[in-house]
Amino acid sequence: MTAVDISTTTLREAVALEERPSRPSAVSTSLTFGWRALLKIKHVPEQLFDVLVSPVVFTLMFTYLFGGALAGSTTAYIQFLLPGILVQTIIIVTVYTGYTLNSDITKGVFDRFRSLPVWRPAPIVGALLGDQVRYTIASVMCIGLGLVIGFRPDGGVLGVVAGVALLLVFAFALSWIFTILGLLLRTPNAVMGVSMMVLMPLTFASNIFVDPSTMPSGLQAFVDVNPVTHLVTAVRGLMGGVVDAGDIVTVLVSAVVMTAVFAPITMYLYRNRH
Amino acid sequence: MRDGPQHAVEATGLVKHFTSGKKTTKAVDGVDLAIPTGSVYGLLGPNGAGKTTVVRMLATLLRPDTGTAKVLGHDVVSDADAVRAAVGLTGQYASVDEDLTGTENLLMLARLYGFRGPAARQRVADLLAAFSLTDAGGRQVKTYSGGMRRRIDLAASLVLSPRVLFLDEPTTGLDPRSRNQVWDIVRVLVQDGATVLLTTQYLEEADQLADRIGVINHGRLIAEGSPSELKHSVGQGAVTLRLADAGRRAEAAAVVQRVLGTEPTLPTDPYGLTARVPDDGTHRVAQVLPALEEAGIAVPEFSLGQPSLDEVFLTLTGEPLPEDEQGSDEPALEQEVSR
Repeated sequence: MTAVDISTTTLREAVALEERPSRPSAVSTSLTFGWRALLKIKHVPEQLFDVLVSPVVFTLMFTYLFGGALAGSTTAYIQFLLPGILVQTIIIVTVYTGYTLNSDITKGVFDRFRSLPVWRPAPIVGALLGDQVRYTIASVMCIGLGLVIGFRPDGGVLGVVAGVALLLVFAFALSWIFTILGLLLRTPNAVMGVSMMVLMPLTFASNIFVDPSTMPSGLQAFVDVNPVTHLVTAVRGLMGGVVDAGDIVTVLVSAVVMTAVFAPITMYLYRNRH
Repeated sequence: MRDGPQHAVEATGLVKHFTSGKKTTKAVDGVDLAIPTGSVYGLLGPNGAGKTTVVRMLATLLRPDTGTAKVLGHDVVSDADAVRAAVGLTGQYASVDEDLTGTENLLMLARLYGFRGPAARQRVADLLAAFSLTDAGGRQVKTYSGGMRRRIDLAASLVLSPRVLFLDEPTTGLDPRSRNQVWDIVRVLVQDGATVLLTTQYLEEADQLADRIGVINHGRLIAEGSPSELKHSVGQGAVTLRLADAGRRAEAAAVVQRVLGTEPTLPTDPYGLTARVPDDGTHRVAQVLPALEEAGIAVPEFSLGQPSLDEVFLTLTGEPLPEDEQGSDEPALEQEVSR
């Protein structure tokens, strides 16, 4: 170890700050926290493993597992399945929002953020913005693979992009549920466990894999009110070139409602956590 | 000196409960503080005494159940943002991001405090230079040594040159060399007019840095005063000898008792001997060695130790530190005299 010299003069100069900068805006602080999320991806690229691998596994597995039986051929099935499997992939990836937030709390980084004179929701909003990058990467993986194995969306590039955009809006809103879990539960792994319990019924009891018309009526009733169903229908419509404004509005409204309900709860927990 | 209120930190009747399951514990039980602007206050106590909870309430991270606190005249609850803008916090609970590099961590904080573009980069470069971290700036913090880690934590809390600094156990787990560095940094900050609230488990650390010390136990301040007042209440420490010949220990004990006037205790080590220095007996310590030499007793090792936190607690509370917290403390500063 070489000797470390702390020079009193440099230290004194660094401490004697002549001009205090003015307080940054809510947008700029949120973007700074978003930048941090991207830096984390750069330094810990392993965390992208799930967004790179799970779309591949899900898409291949379900296409070849169900394709022949359900639609007669895999090519026919993937036209139906891909928008759904894309939704499922992204929704499952949103869990990491809660996981990451909880890790920040456990490691003490979170208290540093809370001690800063910045717009209160900025650390969380910034993390959610950073997550959008992860969702985009997962979407590109999923759609790219789909195109390779025969997905031919009638909606064209515009329809696909619009579908992904709608999905990202929904994912942002849904993430507030996981920030609540991230703040309430004790360990990152507990967050993962509970979140998966929430997500399993939401994704499987939907129209992702099959047309709900063959399901028993009780289950059908659940599938009909499940916001994931509406999201899948809307994304399918956009990508398939058959736009159903009703479903898009339903998705947007449920996104607004989720944010309006869960974001304030998140912020309440954030402010009062110890 | 900067303008401002007479007391940088003022707290009255702070109380905080924690509920875990069905059990509610009173972590802080009516703490009053008045820390003069520009001074260092040391909050001394064992693990679980409530030190960190007090700091977290003052730093706006926790809301007090009852009581009020003001930092530079701003209420920590109703005017929390003004407090956050004026305060720097370093401690076990306010950390930097280990996955990011030192530079990235500071750059993020500089931007969050409102520095932009080149000004932010300049601020980061200045801080890294001031803390001898320029070379390590590009490395992830998780690769840092304990001392570097503490310096980046300190740098992170100084981005906006806070006028009040909360240091929660700033040297716990550091080697003596890094600990001295942290002490030097704190001294420079105080010379420049900052007010520092420091929590520590080490009497020596509070003694070295603080103008006033508060001793906290079970969430209550049980004693407060200047370091010399506090030490005076505990006694002057103890002399410890190690004899060349175990057979002459009883004889040596008699000599020490005659000189110091206190009865020595005999540890399990057959060569060892310890005697408390009486309050008025500091000057007689110097006479112990000549008296032993006169008696023909060889003493290869002699040391004078300051009272440890254990002794402070024993004196103030009449009970030793709780078992699991005892021994986690470093031994008190030993002034070795070799012969």
